[in-house]
Amino acid sequence: MTTLDALLPTAEPLGLIDAEGNALGGDLPPDEILLELYRRMVVGRRFDAQATALTKQGRLAVYPSSRGQEACQIGAVLAMREQDWLFPTYRDSVAIVSRAVPPAEVLSLLRGEWHCGYDPHAHRVAPQCTPLATNTLHAVGLAHAARLKGEDTVAVVLLGDGATSEGDTHEALNFAAVWKAPVVFLVQNNGYAISVPLSKQTAAPSLAYKGVGYGMRSMLVDGNDAAMVYTAVKQAIASDGPTLIEALTYRIEAHTNADDATRYRPSDEVQRWLGRDPIARLETYLRARRLLDDAAAERLTAEAEERAAAVREEMNRDVEVDPAELFAHVYATPTPALVAQRKELES
Amino acid sequence: MTEPVSMAGALNAALADALSDDPRVLVFGEDVGALGGVFRITDGLAAKFGDERVFDTPLAESGIVGTAIGMAMNGLVPVVEMQFDAFAYPAFEQITSHLAKLRNRTRGRVGLPVVVRVPYGGGIGGVEHHSDSSEAYYTHTPGLRVVTPGTPADAYRLLRQAIACPDPVIFLEPKRRYWAKETAVLSADGPAIDRAVVRRTGNDVTLIAYGGTVATALEAAEAAVEEDWDVEVVDLRSLSPFDDETVTASVRRTGRVVVVHEASRFTGYGAEVVARLQEQCFHYLQAPILRVAGLDIPYPPPKLEQHHLPTVDRILDAVARLQWDDNA
Ligand SMILES: Cc1ncc(C[n+]2csc(CCOP(=O)(O)OP(=O)(O)O)c2C)c(N)n1
Ligand SMILES: [Mg+2]
Repeated sequence: MTTLDALLPTAEPLGLIDAEGNALGGDLPPDEILLELYRRMVVGRRFDAQATALTKQGRLAVYPSSRGQEACQIGAVLAMREQDWLFPTYRDSVAIVSRAVPPAEVLSLLRGEWHCGYDPHAHRVAPQCTPLATNTLHAVGLAHAARLKGEDTVAVVLLGDGATSEGDTHEALNFAAVWKAPVVFLVQNNGYAISVPLSKQTAAPSLAYKGVGYGMRSMLVDGNDAAMVYTAVKQAIASDGPTLIEALTYRIEAHTNADDATRYRPSDEVQRWLGRDPIARLETYLRARRLLDDAAAERLTAEAEERAAAVREEMNRDVEVDPAELFAHVYATPTPALVAQRKELES
Repeated sequence: MTEPVSMAGALNAALADALSDDPRVLVFGEDVGALGGVFRITDGLAAKFGDERVFDTPLAESGIVGTAIGMAMNGLVPVVEMQFDAFAYPAFEQITSHLAKLRNRTRGRVGLPVVVRVPYGGGIGGVEHHSDSSEAYYTHTPGLRVVTPGTPADAYRLLRQAIACPDPVIFLEPKRRYWAKETAVLSADGPAIDRAVVRRTGNDVTLIAYGGTVATALEAAEAAVEEDWDVEVVDLRSLSPFDDETVTASVRRTGRVVVVHEASRFTGYGAEVVARLQEQCFHYLQAPILRVAGLDIPYPPPKLEQHHLPTVDRILDAVARLQWDDNA
């Protein structure tokens, strides 16, 4: 029996670099990792802004921005090994792009296509999941199968604070704990589920406590501290069995481009969180350590611009959609009735 | 010598043979381990194949199907048990939003060869929530195959075929037929997973049945001999996809049809059967197609279930109403 103390999260969120860019004294990842976290966050934020812009031009049906949550998006992905699997949600396009999935493929679904765009097996990234919390169970199943097959694979599943209220989250935490499945549940607590604040979502002092009841090691971390998220996920991947990590962060933009966040949250709250920005604090830290200078920062901005331009160009190209393909993958082999419907559509 | 085998025994043998033949096959669910399932369908399997291949899960149906999906993504072939029809409903979201759709959402790159076994239907004196005919919920979902056996030999064949199938299969087991025996050689060969079969040939009328009503329809066909009706019985086996070829061939020959199922009549599976047949066989029909189905009520208590379930008498009454006189 594991002792309760070993499972409990800390009362205060763990952190390595504070909002002002000061190191807090813990073991920091190596400098090249810190630089890579920074680089990917800058590139990721630019991608995110580009995707939002594409909705205004009618090139994307909808886009849920993760601006402000880059430390979670990038920290988790950089901590993952090649053999691990990512189970993302609609919010996590930046994480998926960071796992080297081509951006135009990542945006397929949001541009209104009928499929997820990328090959999940090629990148070890499940399709972006919209039915909340359902992906948690897929992650547990995949990880348990890996264990049965003797593979060293960990599943990292991303979910939001709202999703922790869904039944599937609880079934997944329980199954993972009972099976000792190698799963990392990373809860990006951004304070809102669309318009509903955390206070209406839970009475628990921390979402991390939800793991403890199932016998799972749980952590509470500063979710705007990329070094911390990276370290926590890396530790969780290296440890036996599952871990629940609650990362405290904030969604700077509205829920999606179609949402109006001024209806449910005060602007001074947004201002406060802008002061806790994950990119600015790491930049301050890196500059103070002279790991980053103006020239390097400019090169990085140029790189991010270049990548965004490539996304823009690709997304501005019209894709041919063939309605006949709608029938191709419903079953492994199209049924006679589907073949007949396809022919009807074609004629 | 072939021994008589029950449907429960045939299903058990199918699981055992699939576990033996394919190391990717796993069997899990509630009480399927040491107990062998509440209906004993998995009896002895955990002892024989070990608890990494046959195991009890925590008590949560969405969890069972959701984790089966993840396991299938990682190359395994899960065969999961839902304890009863109505207790599969917590898994409905996983089944309809993911199990049915992942192949399509990934453009064919991630197929899910998962079998969800569901003991279904009434006739065993079950208390409430233990007798639902839930087939239409699943057949209405593109991407799922839905099959149901009517005989022990077919239970073996269909389950082996379902486990070998690259698509997700909802495997509905008519629990009131679990213990009926048949002398048969168990084999996966024979009609394919998506084919209906003619269980009894006849020239005057086609009874279309599946699962628990196949035996009732066959009984009715025998009783009809006395009335001089030569009755054909088609066992659908595959509810989705629907075998139009076999069924329409029978209907075009007989010109008269009664569809028999336990599920409530209103928007029940029979409605689709009737619609397809009038679309495809209108000019061959001698009479409107009738349905003998469950009443449009929540499943009744044990003492009253005989009023709900299709009986031989109700089937014969329907056959009698097929406008024979108009033709005389
Ligand atoms: C089962 C289900 N119910 C409702 C929705 C509609 N919906 C989409 S996102 C969302 C809020 C989710 O909030 P949270 O889990 O905190 O994630 P966030 O959007 O903040 O990243 C809701 C209610 C859904 N996608 N799935
Ligand atoms: Mg949220």
